[in-house]
Amino acid sequence: MAEVDIKNMTLNFGPQHPAAHGVLRLVMELDGEVIDRCDPHIGLLHRGTEKLIEYKTYQQAIPYFDRLDYVSPMSMEHAYVLAIEKLLGLEVPARGQAVRVLFSEITRIMNHILNVTSHAMDVGAVTPALWGYEERERMMEFYEGVCGARMHANYFRVGGVHQDMPAGMPADIDAYMDELLKYLDDMETLLTENRIFKQRNIDISVISPDEAMDWGFSGVMLRCTGLPWDLRKSQPYDGYEKYDFDIPVGKNGDCYDRYLCRVEEMRQSVRIIRQVIETLPDGPVASTDRKVVAPARGEMKQSMEALIHHFKLYTEGFKVPPGETYTAIEAPKGEFGVYLVSDGSNMPYRCKIRSPGYVHLAALDHLCKGHLLADSVAVIGSLDIVFGEIDR
Amino acid sequence: MADDGALQDLGQHIAAVLADQVIEASVAHGELMITARAEQIIKVVTFLRDDPQCLFKVMVDICGADFPERPKRFEVIYNFLSMVHNQRVRVKVEADDQTPVPSITGLHNSANWFEREVWDMYGVMFDGHPDLRRLLTDYGFEGHPLRKDFPLTGFVEVRYDDERKRVVYDPVKLPQEFRKFDFLSPWEGAAAVPTVLPGDEKADGQEPN
Repeated sequence: MAEVDIKNMTLNFGPQHPAAHGVLRLVMELDGEVIDRCDPHIGLLHRGTEKLIEYKTYQQAIPYFDRLDYVSPMSMEHAYVLAIEKLLGLEVPARGQAVRVLFSEITRIMNHILNVTSHAMDVGAVTPALWGYEERERMMEFYEGVCGARMHANYFRVGGVHQDMPAGMPADIDAYMDELLKYLDDMETLLTENRIFKQRNIDISVISPDEAMDWGFSGVMLRCTGLPWDLRKSQPYDGYEKYDFDIPVGKNGDCYDRYLCRVEEMRQSVRIIRQVIETLPDGPVASTDRKVVAPARGEMKQSMEALIHHFKLYTEGFKVPPGETYTAIEAPKGEFGVYLVSDGSNMPYRCKIRSPGYVHLAALDHLCKGHLLADSVAVIGSLDIVFGEIDR
Repeated sequence: MADDGALQDLGQHIAAVLADQVIEASVAHGELMITARAEQIIKVVTFLRDDPQCLFKVMVDICGADFPERPKRFEVIYNFLSMVHNQRVRVKVEADDQTPVPSITGLHNSANWFEREVWDMYGVMFDGHPDLRRLLTDYGFEGHPLRKDFPLTGFVEVRYDDERKRVVYDPVKLPQEFRKFDFLSPWEGAAAVPTVLPGDEKADGQEPN
C-alpha cells in the first residue's frame, strides 16, 4: 500500500455552540479524533467592565458585578463590597454578615445545580437539567424576595445588605432545604452511578495537585485533586469561621471527581444555611455609618440630616481613602478576587477583576491535549465556565 | 490569615535576601506589598516560589494600572498565594510602553493569559512570552483600552450592514457629547471648573462674555 501523507485537521468549535457554555471559540488541531492543540479565543463577550467601573461611583459599580458571573451574581458583589469595606475600615453588623453568608450559600447551590446539570446535559443526560431549573427558580424566588430581581440582585451593599429579609423568609428557606436535599438525591440516582455518565467522565483530563497549583487553579478545580483549600476555611470572611462545614476533596482530579465535589458542596451549603438560620442574630443588616450607608426612607421623612445624607450618597457617593487591596472570596467557581486601587475620590481608580473561570479556561489546552474531541465537551462542562466573568 | 507582624517579618526577610532586586516592602490593610525592579522580576518570583519561608506557588493574578503623570506610567502588579503558609504577597513593578518586562510564564503557567491581557489592555510588552497576542479585544483592534487616555466610548462601533452582508466598523457617533460628572461642588473642586465662575466677571468690571 502506498504511503499517504496525513495532515492534522484544524477544527473551529463555536463561538455559537450549545456545549461551549456561552461564546467560546476554540481553534482545535486534530490528529484524527485526538486533540493536538486547543487554542481558546475569548473576548466575544468583552464589555469593558473594568473601564466602566472607573467612571462610576463605588456604589454605582455594584450592578456590574451581577453581570460578571451571571450564574452566581451575589458572590461577585460580595468580593467587591468586602474590598471597599477593607479600604474604608468599615464594620458590618452581625446580622448583615449572616444574611450575606446565607445568600452566598444559596448562590453557591444555584451555581452548582446549573453547572452539574448542564455538564450532564453535555454528556447526554437531559433530565437533571430540566429538574434543576425548577429548583433554581425556587431559589431565585428568595432572591426576588429580598431584592426584587431574579438574577441581577444588587443586594450586597458596602456596609451590609440593602434591606432585611421579609418576615418569614428564614423559615421558608429552611423548609425549602428539605425539598432541595430530596432533589439532590434524585439527581444523584440519575447521574452518580450512571454508566454512561461515568464512562464519559472518569479519567478524563486528570490533573495533579502540582499542575493545578502551577496553573493557578482554585475552587473545585483545585479540590478535585485532593488539596483541601477553601478560602472560607483558610481566610474566612464575614464570619464563616463560626459555621461548621466540611470541604469535600477529590482523589483522582478528573471530571467525575469535580462532579462529586460539587454535589457534596451543595450538601455542605445546606448545612451552613441551616446553621445561619438557627443562629441568625437580631439587629441592623447594614452599618449605621451614614457617611457610607444611606438612611431608610422613613427616616428621611423626619430628619433633615438623613435627607442630606441620602442626597449626597446618591449623587456624589462616598469617598474612599487612598490605598489598594486585593480581596478574594471563595466564589462557587473558585477564588474570585478584586484588586481595588483608590485615589481618595468617589470613584475607583482601578478595579481589576480576577475571575476563576479565566484561569481555568487558560489551562484548557493542557487539559484537553491527548483526549478525544468528544471529551473536550465533558472537560469544558466540568470547568464551570461562564463568559460573563471571563471576558468581563 | 497571617497577622501584620508575621507579614512584616516576611517582608523584611524578602527585602534582606533580595536587597538588589527589591526596592521596598510594606504592609497595609493586612496585605504585604513588595516593590521590585522590573528587570529583576524573574529572580524575585523564583525566590518567592522556592524559598522555604515563602513558597508562593500559586500565581493568582497579574494586572496593570496606568498613572499617566509618572515618568514610567504603568504598573504591573503580581499577586501570589502560598497555601503552605496561608499568606499572600503582592509584587509591583514599574513599566512603560518602550521597555519590555521579563515574562514569568516560564515559572508559572498561569501567567500566560494574564500577561497577554496586560499587553492587550495597556500595551506593556513582556519579554520571552511565547505567544503575546491580543486576548480580550476584537480581532484587528487598535489601541489599548484601559489606558487612562483611551476614551470610554472608544473610537469605532460595529453594526451589520444589510447591503454588504457583513459587519462593518464606523466611527463612534454620539448624539450628545460624552460628559463626566465629578460631583464636586464649585467651591471645593476648583481644579475642575474655570477660575472665574459665570457672572463673577462683573465684579471686576469686565464685560460679560
